[in-house]
Amino acid sequence: MGLVSWLIAVPFLTMLVVVFIPERQWKLIRWVSATGTSIHLVLTGKLVVNYWQAAMPEAESMKHALFTKLYFVERVPWFESLGIQYYVGVDGISVAMVILTSIIIFTGVLASWYVEIRVKEFFALLLLLVTGVFGVFLSFDLFLFFMFYELAVLPMYLLIGIWGTGPKEYSAMKLTLMLLVGSAFVLVGFLALYHASGMHTFDLIRLSEAKYSHEFQRWVFPMVFVGFGVIGALYPLHTWSPDGHSSAPTAVSMLHAGVLMKLGGYGALRIAVYLLPEGAKMWGVVFMCLTTVNILYGSFGAVMQKDLKYFTAYSSVSHCGFVLFGVATLNLIGFKGAVIQMFSHGIMTGLFFGLIGMVYGRSHTRIIPEMGGLGKVMPWLATCFYIGGLASLGLPGLSGFVAETHVFLGGFFGNPWTSSVLTKVLTIIATMSIVVTAVYVLRGLALVFQGPITNPHYEELTDATLPEKISTGVLVATLIVVGLLPFFFIDLIESSVMPIFNRLNM
Amino acid sequence: MEQLGFALQHAWVVPALPLASFAIVGLFIRPVSNKAAGVVGTAAIFASAFFAYWLAWEYYTLYPAGGEHPAIIPWAFEWLRYQAGLTVNVGVLVDPISVLLMVVVTTVSALVHLYSIGYMHGDYGYGRFFTYMNLFTFSMLGLVVAPNILQMYVCWELVGVSSFLLIGFYYQKPSAVSASKKAFIVTRFADLGFMIGVLILGYFGYNSFGELAASITPGMAEHGVSNLQPFDFHYLNHPVFLEHFKGLNIEVCGVGLLTVSMLLVFCGAAGKSAMFPLHIWLPDAMEGPTPVSALIHAATMVVAGVYLVARLFPAFAASGDALLVVGYVGCFTSLFAALIGITQDDIKRVLAFSTLSQLGYMMLALGVATMEHPLGYTASMFHLFTHAFFKALLFLAAGAVIHAVHSNEIWEMGGLAKKMPITHLCFLAATLAICGVPPLAGFFSKDEILAAALPTHHTIIFGISLLVAALTPFYMFRIYFITFWGRHRTHHAEHAHEAPAVMWIPLAILGVLSVIGGLVPMASYVSIGEHMAHHGINLAVAIPATLAGLLGIGLSWFFYSNDAVRAARAAEAFGVVYRTIKRKFYVDEVYLFVTHNIIFGYVARPIAWFDRRVVDGGVNLSGWSTRMTGWVLSHLQTGQVQGYGIWYTAGALFVLLILWAALV
Repeated sequence: MGLVSWLIAVPFLTMLVVVFIPERQWKLIRWVSATGTSIHLVLTGKLVVNYWQAAMPEAESMKHALFTKLYFVERVPWFESLGIQYYVGVDGISVAMVILTSIIIFTGVLASWYVEIRVKEFFALLLLLVTGVFGVFLSFDLFLFFMFYELAVLPMYLLIGIWGTGPKEYSAMKLTLMLLVGSAFVLVGFLALYHASGMHTFDLIRLSEAKYSHEFQRWVFPMVFVGFGVIGALYPLHTWSPDGHSSAPTAVSMLHAGVLMKLGGYGALRIAVYLLPEGAKMWGVVFMCLTTVNILYGSFGAVMQKDLKYFTAYSSVSHCGFVLFGVATLNLIGFKGAVIQMFSHGIMTGLFFGLIGMVYGRSHTRIIPEMGGLGKVMPWLATCFYIGGLASLGLPGLSGFVAETHVFLGGFFGNPWTSSVLTKVLTIIATMSIVVTAVYVLRGLALVFQGPITNPHYEELTDATLPEKISTGVLVATLIVVGLLPFFFIDLIESSVMPIFNRLNM
Repeated sequence: MEQLGFALQHAWVVPALPLASFAIVGLFIRPVSNKAAGVVGTAAIFASAFFAYWLAWEYYTLYPAGGEHPAIIPWAFEWLRYQAGLTVNVGVLVDPISVLLMVVVTTVSALVHLYSIGYMHGDYGYGRFFTYMNLFTFSMLGLVVAPNILQMYVCWELVGVSSFLLIGFYYQKPSAVSASKKAFIVTRFADLGFMIGVLILGYFGYNSFGELAASITPGMAEHGVSNLQPFDFHYLNHPVFLEHFKGLNIEVCGVGLLTVSMLLVFCGAAGKSAMFPLHIWLPDAMEGPTPVSALIHAATMVVAGVYLVARLFPAFAASGDALLVVGYVGCFTSLFAALIGITQDDIKRVLAFSTLSQLGYMMLALGVATMEHPLGYTASMFHLFTHAFFKALLFLAAGAVIHAVHSNEIWEMGGLAKKMPITHLCFLAATLAICGVPPLAGFFSKDEILAAALPTHHTIIFGISLLVAALTPFYMFRIYFITFWGRHRTHHAEHAHEAPAVMWIPLAILGVLSVIGGLVPMASYVSIGEHMAHHGINLAVAIPATLAGLLGIGLSWFFYSNDAVRAARAAEAFGVVYRTIKRKFYVDEVYLFVTHNIIFGYVARPIAWFDRRVVDGGVNLSGWSTRMTGWVLSHLQTGQVQGYGIWYTAGALFVLLILWAALV
């Protein structure tokens, strides 16, 4: 079993261990979970090193490549009669996503250190969910991909329904149903791709050699894109996100907003655009318009929110808009921007939801106007929150800036298949969000952390504990490292984005 | 390239020292010792200042005064590659204006740091203060040495955020919090323009880069500009590119694209330099500690806008119309702010409006310059140079006074000349300097601005700058008389005493610079284009300007020397006019109305409502209708066999009917 399979297996095995520990040993359970995710983090580090050594010397040759080149491939036939196989491997984009997920689950487990009810089930489901996420990012067989995709979505229902807050049953139901509608679209799209190719395989790389007709691409592309768009919070299919995120427990919000929403952008780029370039050219402009709405609409929506989680959820709608906007630009810079934004937003939102959980655990409220002056009693949390906030408004030196300038430049440079004036106008409209973002971030944070302490009982609150400091510290450090040294990250993904882009110009 | 000296080769040290100090102090020293944070933070800036002097000395030894001063890039590395041929390098650009600014920024910053050791003594956030100040100094130096527009933008945002952190330094004070938000959001709004301008320049720069590079690159390598990029100032300012860009003949609403992009860039510049109508954040920014106001909101950050226009001067000049807008906006702001300055009662706010007015001066000087007659360009940089010293001094002296009397209100001061002799003397020197009294620093630079404005056809600009030359002494001596002359108005004023040495030494140094700073023959050091600006005193300008200044001082003495009795009467006589000016022409109220009532009320709130009720309502509706359908259909499941029989028979008949219809 190779490294890539281990990356999927480690969280799964950890889950199995957790399942067999008796519930009363809840302290052991969280230590096991933390150990499992730490091991995963180490393996991810090894993956990055291996990938760097294997792929970087070949980066030059990928400049004009038309097919994604995979590394560390493992392939086992599964249902041979249907051409389904266990087929995993990595390219630069999946490595980036694995790093993201590994960091988020590690910090997520630390952020769930103080979960008290049904500890065992909680960690078991969390680990099962993340197994699915890793599976999605690592598999290159559409059937396997879809299986893992569902594995990532379904535990969410239980996690929100049992450990959530507020109208949790309603939110869990809404989230799951909407995402399932999305995956139904995806499934139909996959089956269409399978049949139309006539190749009798779900192998993504082989399918990319198939000749799909113009007509076929015209109707399958939007189906797959919208299907992934639901989980990527594409307007107007985003409304599961505010309710779902605000009801979910901390670690689940972190994983969901941080990683699961990225499956949308990932699938849209990796599958929809990669396999159906003609369709992408036909529909690019439509999705560019929709995502422009996403970006501005989400940020204006966030301005008026009173609940910290709703606030962050709307901000995510806006920021995930950047991901899909980048994909819809059909431009190399835009594609890279989309991937960087997936990573950057994942870390940033993970940080936000983690911090909100920590603040909520102390103040027992998430309503912004009820807080005030918390910065004095929790300087660490306030500092992290501000750094995250500044990243989200695109401050240079933090990862958000790198992502946003890529996306804006991508939009501005546009593509040969869309009116050049139109893409520029849409981009200019999208850039306006940087002001609105500054407004809601600074307003929100000032109300929570600055000013005099509004409630005398807040005077006794404490700052972050050690697990919380590690968790938030790791996330903040990631934001800073990507922001200051973007070239490493860009080198990592660039040669894998090239084929997707080159296929548009075939 | 000529053999560069050590300092030039290692020019990156100038911004790197504050950066290193920021990281080390912020992460390691501050948590341990506040005192050490202050000392280390200050020492790093002093080291950076000495390195900057060394660098300036080497540069002007290599390219002596009066000769040609090329822009060299001794150090750069690739930071961000968007795609092949579109790269952002982080580097250091050394040319006359960046040398000038490096010297000004490090000098003022070092002195303000030193002063802060005394001023912030015993403050709750002492270590945090020095961390932020280091961050600011780094960002400002990074901005100054930027060799391309994207590095400029990056550092531009970083100075913005350090300004935000420092204005809101007393984060438990609601007024400071809202002032910091206001400053950040207003400048951010302006930066949106800058950002779009960068996008346009980047796009067209990149598209024409291939065909133009061949005719631009030769001769660049000898100045260390290898690997020219579309974002580089060397490229954007190059006549070949500008000609090409103009020749594209693309228009947006009837305005040429070059002008449009330059106006967008100027929008950013106007935000940072607080030009009307984006000035509203600067007076409120006085909520920050006084050393912050001295360094950031008087001497350095607010001149970043002026610096940006100067940096892109060839491009602005090529557009022509854009430069005209710069000139008139600057001109209007200088008058507008001077008028408001007369009526304010908070000493720091008066100084803030004075800063606005002087920044307007610098902008208008750029506006009247051309590539053929670059005197205005030189004058603007000259005024930036002298203004940095005397305005920083005014703020620091005001800080010493505030420290002593525990109030910002000038009406709670009075009679401090005897109690605080050194502060008084320094304040007086700076006041005389800003008023343009010969032979102090402000006289020379202001004279050059007026001399630059006179021969152009913009009579209005010249007239207004002369008027402002009279208004400046009027409001400056107003606060001088009220603060330092007359009787002690409060208990604190009566028991005020001189500031400690660590505070008055920087004051004294700045005082000396304010007196002699004007003697630098700026024109032979800083100029642009092939034509050297003339320099020397133009008596046709100097005499009326000096007379205007003396008139202002005289009027101020008449109104304010005797406890301001006459002034109160005059204010009453002006009634509505006076109140309008005192309320700053109600600009803040207009902004508040637009943001709160229109943007929040008519945009954000409806969107939030629409999302919850309409979009999400649609989702809930589909859920509800599914449930309803299920509920309706569930009534068929009655358990009565007879009922099923009826439906079965009816269904069978229906199918038969269809079959019959189809077959027959």
